[in-house]
Amino acid sequence: MSIPTIVFRHSIATRVLHWLNALCVFLVLMSGLQIFNAHPRLYWGQYGANTDHAALEMTVGDPAKRQPLGMLRIGHHEIPTTGFLGVSRDGGGQLIERGFPSWATIPSYQDLATGRRWHFFFAWVLVFSSGLYFFIGFATRHVQRDLLPTQGQWSLKGIARDFWDHVRLRFPAGEAARRYNSLQKLAYLVVLFILAPMILATGLTMSPGIDAGFPWLLNLFGGRQSARTLHFVCAMSVVLFIVIHLAMVVLAGPLNELRSMITGRYVLPPEEVK
Amino acid sequence: MTSRILTRRQMLLRGSTAFGGLLLAGCDRLSNSPSFRTMLASAEGLSYRAQRLLVGHNALAREFKESDLSPVFRSNGTSDPDTPSYNAMAADGFRQWRLKIDGLVARPQELSLDQLRTMPSRTQITRHDCVEGWSAIGQWTGVPLSAVLTMAALSPSARYIVFYCADILEVGAAPYYESIDLIDAFHPQTILAYDLNRKRLPVANGAPLRLRVERQLGYKHAKYVMRIEAVQDLSPIGGGKGGFWEDRGYEWYAGV
Repeated sequence: MSIPTIVFRHSIATRVLHWLNALCVFLVLMSGLQIFNAHPRLYWGQYGANTDHAALEMTVGDPAKRQPLGMLRIGHHEIPTTGFLGVSRDGGGQLIERGFPSWATIPSYQDLATGRRWHFFFAWVLVFSSGLYFFIGFATRHVQRDLLPTQGQWSLKGIARDFWDHVRLRFPAGEAARRYNSLQKLAYLVVLFILAPMILATGLTMSPGIDAGFPWLLNLFGGRQSARTLHFVCAMSVVLFIVIHLAMVVLAGPLNELRSMITGRYVLPPEEVK
Repeated sequence: MTSRILTRRQMLLRGSTAFGGLLLAGCDRLSNSPSFRTMLASAEGLSYRAQRLLVGHNALAREFKESDLSPVFRSNGTSDPDTPSYNAMAADGFRQWRLKIDGLVARPQELSLDQLRTMPSRTQITRHDCVEGWSAIGQWTGVPLSAVLTMAALSPSARYIVFYCADILEVGAAPYYESIDLIDAFHPQTILAYDLNRKRLPVANGAPLRLRVERQLGYKHAKYVMRIEAVQDLSPIGGGKGGFWEDRGYEWYAGV
């Protein structure tokens, strides 16, 4: 048995803002699904309402049938989703017409007004907390040092190797675990520099007030309804990121990973003895 | 070994499901706590101030081309007030209808539809955004609200303009009403519309007269307007929050 190497991995700012942002992201996501449920249809272009063509729709398959049938329609593809999308059980176990199910929304019951209150309050918190994260991240060179890929990591070969290692659930150990691997860096960079700004900008484009002051936003995204669709797609991409992020934490050693994000201390996984 | 891993996985799954359920119940409880709601509502003031700061008071909402019009302009909320007095007015083409303008004004007015139609008008093709998420583009023609308010000579103490409507949206509730501040009231695109898509405003869309306040969401655009009142304070009116939906938890400032 070798003595485990403990490294100081995350600064206090990273740790505090990680948990604050994590809380806010969950709350804006789930209150966002509540808002989506008020009109579970997505369009492309400047306008879009019930009689217009929807790019995506959550609906009831055949209302005439005795058992309601939940349906997700994307373009011309229809996917039966009873119990999850379109039709799901409410708190009392009754099947009801609903875009996303009650366990995915804040509040759990249909209440657009309250969902909006949660959404906008925690969106504001997120603007300040992620603004602080970006400021500290750049000022302390955390972003430049830890998140930007090194020259070797930029190569397709390096990314492909890291990808296969991940597929085989082989994670960096020893010295290599001191820094993020190329896939981790890519994932964090996509969230920070593509998804987060996109979500903010498309969210603002949905505001009729902001559109008056910044009409170029409408040109940039091709209209308010396109912006709403992109807002949704980017939010779902964040959900995908969270699912993979949590899976990786569990697979890479949840206690060590969790501790490093709480106390900052991380035990370098020992290299396998062949 | 296998069974232990499975148990642990099951435990993890059950644990997280129970934990998630607890969190959701907690969020529902917070949603109904008055002090937490007050905290959430504080974001509205921030949004209002940020938008007033970032967006010029007279910045115009985008105006579209005729080719951009929605094929069907959706009606929402009340599609027909269907009260005896409204039906009687509608039956004779709103000839008996009068728009009352009173409150904090020097010269209260009672204007007929014909009088409004002879006043200077504005036509605009704009996007209507519902709080639910959908949008529709329509062409509106009407009298700038500023012209009507100037005619009535607004007193300096007036701070809000309140719109009283003919429709009752909820059984047993008072008729629909809405309110806006003076920045939006004197905005060039804020009009009292009597035409939609070059035709007389249909009953489904608020005949004979509806408000267009283009930089805010649909519920601010009061339909079936009967009376306009200039006031200093919104708290004595209705539920005190400045509008039918505002009294039911929605933001008074609906710019977002």
